Amino acid sequence: MDTKRTTFNNRLLPYLLLAPQLAITLVFFIWPAAQAVKSSFEREDPFGFSTVFVGFTHYQRLLADPNYLDSLWRTAVFAVSVTVLAMVLGLAFAAAVDRLARSAKFYTTLLVWPYAVAPVVAGVLWWFLFNTSTGLLPYFLERFGIRWDHDLNGTHAMILIIVAAAWKQISYNFLFFLAGLQSVPQSLIEAAAIDGSGPVKRFFTISLPLLSPTTFFLFIINVNYTMFDTFPIVDATTGGGPAQATTTLVYKVYQDGYVGLNLGSSSAQSVLLMLIVMLLTFVQFRFVERRVQY
Amino acid sequence: MVENRPFLTFLTHAFLILGFLVVALPVYVAITASTHDISTLMSGPVPLLPGSHFIENYSTILTSASAAHGLPNYSHMALNSLVMALVITAGKIAISILSAFAIVYFRFPFRQVAFWIIFVTLMLPVEVRIMPTYKIVADLGMLNSWAGLTVPLIASATATFLFRQFFMTVPDELLEAARVDGAGPLKFFRDILLPLSRTNIGALCVILFIYGWVQYLWPLLVTTDPGYYTLMMGMKRMVTVQDGVIEWHLVMAGSVLAMLPPILVVVFMQRLFIRGLTETEK
Repeated sequence: MDTKRTTFNNRLLPYLLLAPQLAITLVFFIWPAAQAVKSSFEREDPFGFSTVFVGFTHYQRLLADPNYLDSLWRTAVFAVSVTVLAMVLGLAFAAAVDRLARSAKFYTTLLVWPYAVAPVVAGVLWWFLFNTSTGLLPYFLERFGIRWDHDLNGTHAMILIIVAAAWKQISYNFLFFLAGLQSVPQSLIEAAAIDGSGPVKRFFTISLPLLSPTTFFLFIINVNYTMFDTFPIVDATTGGGPAQATTTLVYKVYQDGYVGLNLGSSSAQSVLLMLIVMLLTFVQFRFVERRVQY
Repeated sequence: MVENRPFLTFLTHAFLILGFLVVALPVYVAITASTHDISTLMSGPVPLLPGSHFIENYSTILTSASAAHGLPNYSHMALNSLVMALVITAGKIAISILSAFAIVYFRFPFRQVAFWIIFVTLMLPVEVRIMPTYKIVADLGMLNSWAGLTVPLIASATATFLFRQFFMTVPDELLEAARVDGAGPLKFFRDILLPLSRTNIGALCVILFIYGWVQYLWPLLVTTDPGYYTLMMGMKRMVTVQDGVIEWHLVMAGSVLAMLPPILVVVFMQRLFIRGLTETEK
């Protein structure tokens, strides 16, 4: 890792400067994470008096538990749906705004603000819009013969949280795609235009391939977002239900640990989640920094 | 633009306006719903035009509505959210800029280790270490306190990386000149680096303020004393009613007020916001 050509040579000062950040990181990040790993291999009696080492029991149980596997599968469906929906819309808006030179800034303002809406508020807004008795959308869906009921229908509940989560993330993707599109060399676009390819063809054969680093980066960020930052949406609207239909992995850790006080299983779930984040972070930093070559 | 295609340009505008309308729909409905009384809302789909209860609903939510849910006053929760967001913003920026300064401008044993320890925080969001972190905070006696609400959230790898990245682009000559003139590290930091970092600090302020304002899981874990409830928790409590109807007109008024501050920040500081967003994540 690089530093400056010239540096200061105090001995104590750098440690003092780093102390607050490192202290917080060690106490509130690394120590708890280590505790989670440790207690995922232990069983505690209900009163917390003694703990026994149980090896991989919690993990074996989890991976054999249909509820957990279900939750894993649902989280995957949730993450992929939100990511695809938010990225496709973000890209479509970015491509449209990129075409307009004069009003680009105006439309950007119109499209970026949902980023600032808190997930819990986003959840409540969409929940209200989909509300069975007063909501606007069920009223329209009824005309198409769909009886909307996210309190009973698991698929409906899942669609609700997908829409709420994707809605919040569109502006993020939009901004990154727009920045990516604006850095596509104008000479390439002009050359293609002279060779007779229209706007749609240019988008798919020039802009889109050149955007692949951005797309890849956003894919990782979006999956990460959907898995970890959508807890408030689930907690405020469906509460994981009906019948576990919207219990994501993070929500299950919270329910089993904080609400259900099943420490061993909750810790094992935490550790599995940590492995997922580590994988995502590794992929992000290992492959995204290098950029796809063109 | 390469060629002039009026029809395509028209379509582009139409698509963007339609897109905006769809994206704005939930917020528009929230605003209209917050101007009706509950009986209008309960008697069928939400009216698409504003009603006449605007002042009544907003004054109810600001003065008395939350008490019915065992919550403190709305303005009290808003103040809690504000304090929390500001402390997190200031704390994250302060400790990150100091660590980046140490990492870039000093050579010392364990520098690499320090860097990796900070990096690891990226891989450990609160969501994956709920129980053990809660336990530490409880053991330290920090439940139901401002320290418990904010301190564990102010470690920041992304802000540290942003400052590190920026410091690497500051010309070495500045440091050499400062040293020739006899400036020590702290003087160099205060008089040269800090002023140069103004734009980055501004961009981070916008992003981190939003981050702090929308926090949900952490306050939920560490506060049981309603005096520390933030707006986000208040919103959740107001829609969790055991029996009876949700007071949608008040919930919507509360939601509109709760999303206003961060939206205003984004709209009015758009340049800093975009800069902060695109530079912190890489």
